[in-house]
Amino acid sequence: MTTLEVKNLVKDFSIRSGWHRSTLRAVDDVSFTLVPGRTVALVGESGSGKSTVARMIARLERPTAGEIVATAPDGRQVANRRFRDHVQMVFQDPFASLNPFHTIEHHLARPLRLHGPAKSRAEVEALVEELLARVNLSADSIAYRRPHELSGGQRQRVAIARALAPGAQVIIADEPVSMLDVSIRLGVLNLLARLQREDNLAVLYITHDLATARHFSDNILVMYRGRVVERGPADEVILHPKHPYTQLLAAAAPNPERRGRSHLTVSGSIEPVSDGPREARADSGCNFQDRCAFAMDACAEVPPDFAVGDDHFAKCWLYPGDAGAPARERIRGSSA
Amino acid sequence: MTTTSPVSRPISDSRRRAAASVLTVEHLDVVYQVEPPVHAVKDVSLVLGRGEILGLAGESGCGKTTLAYAINRLHRPPAEVTHGSVTFHDREGPDLDLLALQKEDLRRFRWAKLSMVFQGAMNALNPVTSVRAQLDDVLTTHVPAMSRSARRARCTEVFELVGVDPGRLDSYPHELSGGMRQRVMIAMALLLNPQVMIMDEPTTALDVVVQRGILREILRLRQELGFSVIFITHDLPLLLELSDRIAIMLDGEIVEIASADEIYLRPQHPYTRKLLDAFPSLTGERGAFIRSGASSSRDQQPDVDSDPDGMDPR
Repeated sequence: MTTLEVKNLVKDFSIRSGWHRSTLRAVDDVSFTLVPGRTVALVGESGSGKSTVARMIARLERPTAGEIVATAPDGRQVANRRFRDHVQMVFQDPFASLNPFHTIEHHLARPLRLHGPAKSRAEVEALVEELLARVNLSADSIAYRRPHELSGGQRQRVAIARALAPGAQVIIADEPVSMLDVSIRLGVLNLLARLQREDNLAVLYITHDLATARHFSDNILVMYRGRVVERGPADEVILHPKHPYTQLLAAAAPNPERRGRSHLTVSGSIEPVSDGPREARADSGCNFQDRCAFAMDACAEVPPDFAVGDDHFAKCWLYPGDAGAPARERIRGSSA
Repeated sequence: MTTTSPVSRPISDSRRRAAASVLTVEHLDVVYQVEPPVHAVKDVSLVLGRGEILGLAGESGCGKTTLAYAINRLHRPPAEVTHGSVTFHDREGPDLDLLALQKEDLRRFRWAKLSMVFQGAMNALNPVTSVRAQLDDVLTTHVPAMSRSARRARCTEVFELVGVDPGRLDSYPHELSGGMRQRVMIAMALLLNPQVMIMDEPTTALDVVVQRGILREILRLRQELGFSVIFITHDLPLLLELSDRIAIMLDGEIVEIASADEIYLRPQHPYTRKLLDAFPSLTGERGAFIRSGASSSRDQQPDVDSDPDGMDPR
C-alpha cells in the first residue's frame, strides 16, 4: 500500500502586469500525509490553493520548494518514473477530462498498456471489462461508446476507472462531483468510498463543500490563501471549528437546520472585507487578519500550528500554547 | 410575504396571495419543436406573491431555466409556448398578458417591470465595454429622456445598493472578481426598479462566503425595495434558508410547492425527499449519505451504497 507524504510544499507563481512583476505564493508550507484507507479532505474557497496542491501531487506542476514522497508497500521510495503507477488524479470536469475523439475502451486500455499491468489484447479486454464493472458500468453498452454519449455521472465514473487502471493506490480527487447533478453526487462519492474500502486506497478529496467533506473524509485540512489554517478530525473541524476562517466558512455554508432567515438578515462580521485579487503577502503575518474579527497585534507574525484538541490544530494566535478554554468560549460565543 | 409560521392554512393563505400577487402562471407548456419534440415545461401553474421569494429547485435539465425564459418571453425557437398563460399584475396599471405582448410593448415591459439575473455572470457581461456603458445602455434604452448626469447618478446609486464601490463603474468585467461581477449583474437588474426579479443560479459559481454576502444583499434589497424574486437553483439547502415558498421541479413538472418549512419537515413527493437526501447535513446526523466501513465510527449502515446507480436516473 502506497503512502504519500507531502512536506513543506511551496508554490510561487510569478505575475506580470505591464512592466510590474510580482510573485504570488499560491501554496505556502503545506504538509500532510495520505495513508491507505483514509481520506483527507482539503477545503477552502476558490483561489485558496487547493487545486495547486493537487496539481503538484499529480506532477502537473513543479513545486517551488518542498517534497512529495510516495512510499511503496515494500518501504522503498517510489521512483519518479513509476510515480504515476501509484498516484492518479480524478479531475473536476468529466466533460473536459475525457477525449471526445476516443472510445471509453481506449481511455481505459491506454493506461493499462502504458503502466504495464496488461500485456496481451485479451488481457486488456478483460481488465477493461473488470474496471467498468467496478464502477457500476456495463462493458457491453459502454466500452465502445464515446464520451458525448454518456451522462455526466457515467463520465465521472469512467474517469475514476481510468485513475484505477494503472493500479494506483493514491487517488487525488479534485472536486470530483461539483460538475455533476445534485441527485447523482452522493452516488459517485459513495462509489469512491466503496472502491477505497475494496482497494484500501489513500484519497485526497478536494472540495469547497463542507458538508460532503465532513461525511466523506476522516481528516479535514482547511486552506486559506495558500496556508493550511486548521486541520483535524472531520467532525471536530466542522462541528467545533477553531480558526476564525473555518468558523466563517461553517457559518456561511447553507444549513437547512437553520431554516428561516433570521440569521441571514442579522448583519454579522463575516463579510469579506476585500473582494479584490490578493497581493503577495508572504511575510506580513497571519493572512486572515484583514478579514478577522479577532485580529490583534500578535497577528503581525505568522502563527504556528497550535494544538486545540486531539489531533486538531489551528494556525491562530487565539490559542497560544494549548487549547485555552477561555479563548475558545469567547470565540464561540461571538460567532453564534 | 408569507408568515414564518409553519402552520399552513391553505385556503385563506392562497386567497391572500391571489389578492397580493404579482405574477400568475397558469397551465404553461413549453415544447422544444425538435425531432422528437421535447416537452420541457409541462402544465406549470404558480402564483408569485408581491414581495415573496419563491425558490425553484430541480436538477439540470428539469426545465427550470426554460420556465424562467418563457415567463420573460426570452425563449427562442425551437422553444415554443404551446399552452397556458402568464399574467403580470402591474402595480401601477392593468394586468398584462405577457404571452401576447408584441414588439414595443414587450420591450417596454422587460427589465422595467421584470428583470433577470442570468446564469453565469462571468459570461453574461460584455467583456469589451466598461460596466458603466452596459448599465448606461439599459437607461438610454428604457428612459431616453434621462439626462447624462441623472444616468450617472442612478448608476452610482445602484452600485452602492449592491455594495460595490462606484469607483469600479469604469472597470471592464475582467477586472472584477466573480462576486463583484455577480453584484454588478444584480445592480443592472435593479436599475429600473422592477417588481419581479428572476435569478437563475446567481451564486453557483461563487464560494460560500461570497454567496452568503450576496444572499444577504438580496434579502436586504427586497426589504427596502419590495420586489419579488424567483430564485432558481439546484441547491436545496440554500433555498430552505432563503425562500418563503419552494417549488420542486422534475421533468418539466412542478411536483411539489409548499413553504420552506413544509418542504423540509414534511416533504410529500418522493422526489422531494430524494433531493433533500442528496444534501448531507452540515451539522446534523448522517442521512442517506453514509460512507461506510472505512473507519470504525462510521459503519452503522454498511449497505447504503450497494447500489450507487440508484441515484442516477439515466
